[in-house]
Amino acid sequence: MAGPVAIAHAVTKRFAPGGPAALDGVSIEIEPGRMTGLVGPDGAGKTTLIRLLTGLLDPDAGTVEVMGKAAAEADRAVIGYMPQRFGLYEDLSVIENLSLYADLRGLDAGERDARFRRLLDFTDLERFRTRLAGKLSGGMKQKLGLACAMVKAPALLVLDEPGVGVDPVSRRELWAMVRELAGEGIGVLWSTAYLDEAEKCDTVFLLSEGRLLHAGPPADLTGQVEGRVFRMATGAEGRRLLLARALNRDDVTDGTIQGASLRLVMKPGIAPPAPDALGAPASSQVAPAVPRFEDAFVDILGGGPPGTSALAAAYRAVPERQEPAILAERLTKRFGDFTAADDISFAIPRGQIFGLLGPNGAGKSTTFKMLCGLLTPTSGNGRVAGHDLRTARADARQSLGYMAQKFSLYGDLSVRQNLNFFSGVYGLTGRAQRQAIERVVEVFRLGDYLPVNSGSMPLGFKQRLALACAVMHQPPVLFLDEPTSGVDPIVRREFWTHINGLVEKGVTVLVTTHFMDEAEYCDRIALIYRAQQIAIGTPDALKAQAATEAGLHDLTLEDAFIALIEASDRKREAA
Amino acid sequence: MWGRLRAIIVKEIWAILRDPRARLILVVPPLIQLFVLGFASTLEVKNIDVGVYNRDDGAWSREFVQRLAGSPNIRRIVRIDHPAALREAIDDQRVIAAVVLDQRFSADVAARRPAVIQAIFDGRRSNAAQIVSGYLERIAGELGAEIAPQAARPRSQSAVVHWFNPNLDYLWFTMPALVVIISTLAGLGVTALSVARERELGTFDQLMVSPLRVQEILVGKMVPPILVGLFNGSLYLLLIPTVFGVPLTGSIPLFYLALFFYLLALVGIGMFVSSLAKTQQQAFLGAFLVTVPATLLSGYATPVDNMPAWLQVLAEANPPKHFLIVSEGVFLKAMPAAEVAANTWPLAVIALGTLTASALLFRARME
Repeated sequence: MAGPVAIAHAVTKRFAPGGPAALDGVSIEIEPGRMTGLVGPDGAGKTTLIRLLTGLLDPDAGTVEVMGKAAAEADRAVIGYMPQRFGLYEDLSVIENLSLYADLRGLDAGERDARFRRLLDFTDLERFRTRLAGKLSGGMKQKLGLACAMVKAPALLVLDEPGVGVDPVSRRELWAMVRELAGEGIGVLWSTAYLDEAEKCDTVFLLSEGRLLHAGPPADLTGQVEGRVFRMATGAEGRRLLLARALNRDDVTDGTIQGASLRLVMKPGIAPPAPDALGAPASSQVAPAVPRFEDAFVDILGGGPPGTSALAAAYRAVPERQEPAILAERLTKRFGDFTAADDISFAIPRGQIFGLLGPNGAGKSTTFKMLCGLLTPTSGNGRVAGHDLRTARADARQSLGYMAQKFSLYGDLSVRQNLNFFSGVYGLTGRAQRQAIERVVEVFRLGDYLPVNSGSMPLGFKQRLALACAVMHQPPVLFLDEPTSGVDPIVRREFWTHINGLVEKGVTVLVTTHFMDEAEYCDRIALIYRAQQIAIGTPDALKAQAATEAGLHDLTLEDAFIALIEASDRKREAA
Repeated sequence: MWGRLRAIIVKEIWAILRDPRARLILVVPPLIQLFVLGFASTLEVKNIDVGVYNRDDGAWSREFVQRLAGSPNIRRIVRIDHPAALREAIDDQRVIAAVVLDQRFSADVAARRPAVIQAIFDGRRSNAAQIVSGYLERIAGELGAEIAPQAARPRSQSAVVHWFNPNLDYLWFTMPALVVIISTLAGLGVTALSVARERELGTFDQLMVSPLRVQEILVGKMVPPILVGLFNGSLYLLLIPTVFGVPLTGSIPLFYLALFFYLLALVGIGMFVSSLAKTQQQAFLGAFLVTVPATLLSGYATPVDNMPAWLQVLAEANPPKHFLIVSEGVFLKAMPAAEVAANTWPLAVIALGTLTASALLFRARME
C-alpha cells in the first residue's frame, strides 16, 4: 500500500501567545482507502487540526504534510473539504452549486457531465437537480456538500462533523457513501461527536484538550472496558433515581438509561453492585453487556459526572395534577396543500419524558412547534399544563421552558444580560430574580463567564446557559428541541442528569432528538414519518415491535427506528 | 407586565449599545453626514471661471468686463479671441459660461441704441448655469441702469427683502432640513434591523415562546431607535446654531414634541419593513428603498407644491414632509405653538397608522 495521504507530526498550535494550546504535540496519519475518525469533546482541537490539514492555518510547531507537501503549499485540488456548516450557496440550485465548485476546482468542461451524473446518482440527488440548496433537508444538504467536496476526485477527503443535525437514516446513507469512496483509495478523515460512527472507523484519533489520548483501531480502546459493562434490567419504575444512585457510587465510572434497564460501566476489577444495593427490585437481572466505544471514551476521560443534579435539588416540586401535562389532540398542520403534520395525538402525564423522533422534514419539528405555541394548528388542539393553546396561549407560554436546537440566545449580549433578560420576561423581579440567577450560575458554573459575550463561549457552556435560561422560572413543562446536538458525551450526560432530576421533581419533558442513546432516556416515544405518527410506545416496546415486523431480535433503538420507517414505506407502497 | 417590559427594553438597549463599534456607528456617521452634506449641498455658485470673447475693445465693453471680474462669485476671466476657442473652452469645462461682446457694443451704448451681449452656457451643468445666468443678468442690468438712469423704457424698481433669511444664506435653509433627512436615515435603519436580526440569528422563536405579548415586544423594539433619534436630534440642536451659525428662534420643547412624534412615525415604517424582511440584508435594503422616496417627497429638494396633485396627496402621508415644516419653522421663524401643532398632528396620525400596520404584520408573520 502507498504511504499516508496526510501526516501531521508533533503539531502544536496556540491562538494567543502564551495561552493554552489548542493542539499540543499531536501526530496523526491518514492512510488511503481507510476511514480515519477524529473524536473528542468540544474544544478538544478537532476543528483546529482540520484547518491545519486543509492549509487554512499554519502550525506553531511541527509539520503538516498532504501528499508529501506542506499543507499550506499542497495542491488544493487533492483535498476535498466539507466544512461544519454546509459550504453551500443556498440561493443556488443543486446543479449550480456543483457547477460552481467545478469552476472553483478547475474541472475540465469535458469531464463535467459524466462527473455530475455520477455524483448525483451516487448521492441520490438527481431528482432534485434544480431545487435550491436552501430548500433541501439537512441530510440532503450534507449529501450535496459531500458531492461538492468530491467534484474533482480528491486524494484526501476531510469532513468536519458531517452528522450533526442529520437523522439516523440520512447519517447511515452518508456513512455508506463515504465508506464507498474510501474503498476507492481516498484517505478519509471523519470528525464526529457521534461515537457510534467513530466505532465504525478503521482508525480513531481521540483528542482531549489539545492532546491525543488514543490512536489506533477503536476496538483497542473499547477493549479497555471489556468485562466492565453490565446491564441491569430494573424495570421502568424509578430507573432515574436508581441511575442517580449508581452514578454517585465510587465504583461506577459511567451509567446511562437504556429503555427499562440501566447500563453501567464499572471501575476495573470491580463487580457490578447488587440490585438491592441500589434499591432496585432484587429480581432485577444483571448481565454483562457488549462494550461500546462510548463507554471507553467516557472512561478514558475520567468517567461521567455524578448522578445528583444540584439544579433539581433546588427546584420546586411540581404539584400533582389529574390531567396530562401535555396533550396533543388530532394536531394537523397544512402549509398550502402540503401537510406537514397529520392527525397527531398523544398525552404525556406529569413527570415523564416524551420523545419525538423522525427523519429530517418528517413533521416532528412542526408538531413540536405547534405544542409550544410557535405554530397555530390548522385543526386539532393542544394543551400545556392545563392551558389551552388556542385560548390561553400566554398562560401556556408562562408555564413552559424552551431550549432550541441551535443556540438561540443573544450571542452579542453577555451571559449576565441573557440571564437578566430571560428571568425578566418570565416575570421574575427583585429578590426572586437575583436568587434564580445566582442559583443557575452556581449550578452551571457560569460565574467566570458572566461578563463574556455568550456567543463566544465553548459549545458546552452555551448549552448550559440555554438550559439555565429555560428553567430559571421553574416551569412545570420543558420543551427541548435537539438539545444536545453536537455536544460531546460528557456534557450530554451532565445535561441528562439535570433533566432526570427535574423529572423526578414532577417536570414534564418533550424532547426531539437524533441521538438514539438520548431517546433511550424517554419514557415514551412517538415516531413521526411523512407527517404521520407511525409508532408510539416505550423504547423497549418500539424495539420489540420493530423486531416482530422485521423478523429480527435484539435490535438497538436506531435499528428499530430504521426498521419501523422501512415497514411504513412497505405498507404505503402496498396500499 | 412591567417586569417583562423592562426586561425587553433593557435587552434591546444593550443589543444596540453593547458593541463599541455599533455605538460609534449610531452617532459618528450622522455627524459626518451633517458636516459633509452641510458643506457639499451648497446652493451658491462660487469660484467660477467665465470666458470673455470681446470683439469690441471700446470703453463700455471694457467697463463691463471689469465689472464681471470684480464680481465676488467669479474667480477668473478667461480671455478668448476666436469662436473656435470659445467652443473649446466650454467643451473642456474650463469655463461654465462665455460672454460675447460684438464689435458695435460700445458704439451702440454711446449712441443710446439697445446693445446686445451674447452669453453661452454649459447646459451639462444646467443648475449652476442657471444661477450664473442670473449673476450675469444682474451685472448687465446694473451697468445699464447706470448708463441710462432715465432710460426710454421705464423700469419698475423693486427692493427685495427676504424674510427669515435676509442674506439668503443657504446654510440657513439646508441645516434645518438636514436634521430631518439624517434622522430619517438613522431612525429607519436602527428599527428596520431589529426584528430582522432576531429572525436571522434564530432568537425569534425563543422570543415567541416566552410570555412576552406582541405589543410588549414592539414597544421594547421602539425604545432604542427613539432614544438614538432624540440623542442625535439634541446633538444637531446644539451644533447647528453654534457651529453653523443658523439662528434657533423657536421653542425647543415644541421641537422635541414634534421630533418625538416624527420618530414614532418613522419607527412604525421601520418596524413594518423589519417584520417583512427575513434577513438583516433584506431589512437594510428595504429601509433604503423607503428612504429615497421619503427624502424626495419631503420638500427638501423640490417644493411639494410643484409636484403633480397625486404626488402631493402621497406626500401628506410622508412623515419628513411634516417635520421639515416644523424644523425650518422652529429654527428660522419662531414658529408658534398652534402652527407646530398643526404640523404635528399629521405625524401622530401617521405614527398610529404605521405602528398599527406593523403590529398586524408582525402578528401575521409570527409563524
